[in-house]
Amino acid sequence: MLEIVDVTMSFDGITVLDHISATVGDGEVVALLGPSGSGKSTLLRIVAGLESPDHGTVRISGRDVTAVPTHRRDVGLVFQDEQLFPHRDVAGNVGFGLEMAGVPGDERRGRVDELLELVGLAGFGGRRVTDLSGGEAKRVALARALAPRPAVLLLDEPLTGLDRDLHDRLAREVAGILRSTGTTAVWVTHDRAEADSVADRVIELPAVDR
Amino acid sequence: MLLALAAVPVVFLLVFYAWPFATLLERAISTDAITTTLSRRRTWSVAWFTLWQATASTALTLLVGFLPAYVIARYRFAGRRLLVGLLTSVFVLPTVVVGAALLAVLPESLERGVWAILAAHVIFNLAVVVRVVGVTWEHLPTDLEAAAATLGASPWQVVRTITLPLLRPALTAAGSIVFLFTFTSFGVIRILGTAGTATIEVEIWRRATQLGDIGDAAVLTVLQLVVLAAVLGWATTSQRRHGRALAIRPVAARARPRTTRQRVLVGTTALATAAVVMLPLGALVMRSFRGSDGFSSAAWRNLGRAEVRPGIRLGVDPLDALVRSLQTAAWATLFAVVIGALAALAIAATGRTGRLLDAGVMLPIGTSAVTIGFGMLITFDTAPFDWRASWWLVPVGHALVAVPFVVRTTLTVLRSVEPRLLEAAATLGAAPTRAWRAVVLPNLWRPLTVAAGLATAISLGEFGATSFLSRSGAETMPIAIERLLGRTGTLLQAQGFALASILAAATIVAVLAVELAGRSGDTPTFGPGAGAGDRTDRRDRARDR
Repeated sequence: MLEIVDVTMSFDGITVLDHISATVGDGEVVALLGPSGSGKSTLLRIVAGLESPDHGTVRISGRDVTAVPTHRRDVGLVFQDEQLFPHRDVAGNVGFGLEMAGVPGDERRGRVDELLELVGLAGFGGRRVTDLSGGEAKRVALARALAPRPAVLLLDEPLTGLDRDLHDRLAREVAGILRSTGTTAVWVTHDRAEADSVADRVIELPAVDR
Repeated sequence: MLLALAAVPVVFLLVFYAWPFATLLERAISTDAITTTLSRRRTWSVAWFTLWQATASTALTLLVGFLPAYVIARYRFAGRRLLVGLLTSVFVLPTVVVGAALLAVLPESLERGVWAILAAHVIFNLAVVVRVVGVTWEHLPTDLEAAAATLGASPWQVVRTITLPLLRPALTAAGSIVFLFTFTSFGVIRILGTAGTATIEVEIWRRATQLGDIGDAAVLTVLQLVVLAAVLGWATTSQRRHGRALAIRPVAARARPRTTRQRVLVGTTALATAAVVMLPLGALVMRSFRGSDGFSSAAWRNLGRAEVRPGIRLGVDPLDALVRSLQTAAWATLFAVVIGALAALAIAATGRTGRLLDAGVMLPIGTSAVTIGFGMLITFDTAPFDWRASWWLVPVGHALVAVPFVVRTTLTVLRSVEPRLLEAAATLGAAPTRAWRAVVLPNLWRPLTVAAGLATAISLGEFGATSFLSRSGAETMPIAIERLLGRTGTLLQAQGFALASILAAATIVAVLAVELAGRSGDTPTFGPGAGAGDRTDRRDRARDR
């Protein structure tokens, strides 16, 4: 479970998040909807610990993590532009979190194969990430974030930059994967149709006055 | 037309580069010379010293430069650009000036010898690490590190598994540049070296000009070339192996330091780096005002007087050297710009043959200035090619060193001209030359100005080739500085420091002019990792948040 309590954040005098509170239940997929500039990405980064809020609390599985550094928060984040590690192959990317958690090699390889299968990329382990198509890269990013079984998965506009067809297909697929793995997820988007189709519940962030 | 364009640079290269080089090889490839040189103990101790001081200098420079590179690439802070500018100006300072500055700042017990040499090499080459590594670093998306953190990597693990592997090609590149520079170190060592601390370059000079042992010097030159070729080969293959196609990305957003820890890190790193660079230069100026008892401006007042005491002349006239240097620089700049521009035009206009000329023009950059000067010295010494007394030989030597820079600056711009613009001009009815004049020519003035500034700076500080070619009584500034600092006597030393201060100022002015000319356009100026993307600072900050 993820609880965001009364989070406020401003950049250079502009308040982008004004006393925001939200709760995401276990296994729930919540879409965070808002126009660009509404602070959705910032909220995700605060949950991940990549930014610290001016005010407010973040709790994951009941634990107050507001002051906990990112690598000890047990969150996964799918970046808008994937951020795959260019010097590692597909398996090296997907297995990265397991490596950091000290999972032994054999077990790691098994889990990587399992995840590649899950996202429809069985056999892609040895590929260079720079050779992947847009859709494939998104799948690898998802598999990588899911691999360590995070308590909360954060997706930051995970389907931007795909053509309509692929976008719709992947949206259904990813939503299915989140359900089948019972993942607690926050899905940021500015697209109401996407929000409605993938999420159990939609939270709308108000536009920011500037 | 094209052929005529290419003819001038080709002839220039053949006469002043290829021929001396061939002469050098011919002198070296004699069993006699090879056996005597290689059996000499001194040869091996010199080779060993050259190798280990270069290795140590490289390792130290990478180590010292790592933190400044990080801070400059990743943070926004007051004086950031100033710091980069400062490091770059030190990098373009003449080697004798850097040597003189270290001589000025170090306590007497340390002022000559290995430690002084290593310190000079580190300060000199910091800019290479900061700029070459920094350029890669600032293009590494910070989110890549953020991604690793969300996957459970601690800050140290992020550095080990993400940052270092991705910086590796840049570290190799910076390391090999520093290694090449320090392996062929000449000016710094002539000023700061002792009998036991000679590099191969210095030994070549000593054998050729002090002992008149041409064969020995030629063998050493070839020995050095072999080592350099090996290092270059290794660096190229290693970079190809580890270089990865990092998509070209905008500069990652630089953050203002936020936490106290970040502020302390950025503050101390910036201040310490600035201090390391500023102190020697400050000391240089201070020392020029030192008389036998305290402060004295005697050195400056007596710059134009060759007589130290009535009737005692030293053969070095500081003011005369200054004038000589300016004249030499003017001619060298003219030669280099004309030849370099013609070469660039010919290279850009032709396909495969152009590439050959391109490679030929770049050769002098891979050849040390000492080799160039030495080759010219032993080639142009017999009639009808006895040109040693000609006023133009020194400028030609300088031009040879500067031409590769002129070609690179000009060629980048020539190649970046969108060919479709020419096609557009053609469809609008412009004949080829007319189209060229309308589309390409206006873009050429800026790189040529930049190139001229570069050539001037190079010529003003050139020491390696000049050490062989300059005649006594016609010294350029660097030569005069080395002479003066090598003498005892407070006044002479102070004059040496004064002259070094003037040379430093002149070089920095030339280089600033280059920066200003290059700034408003996209012309990559000089300096390691030129064209570093300082301009894109703010672009990426306006992302969705």
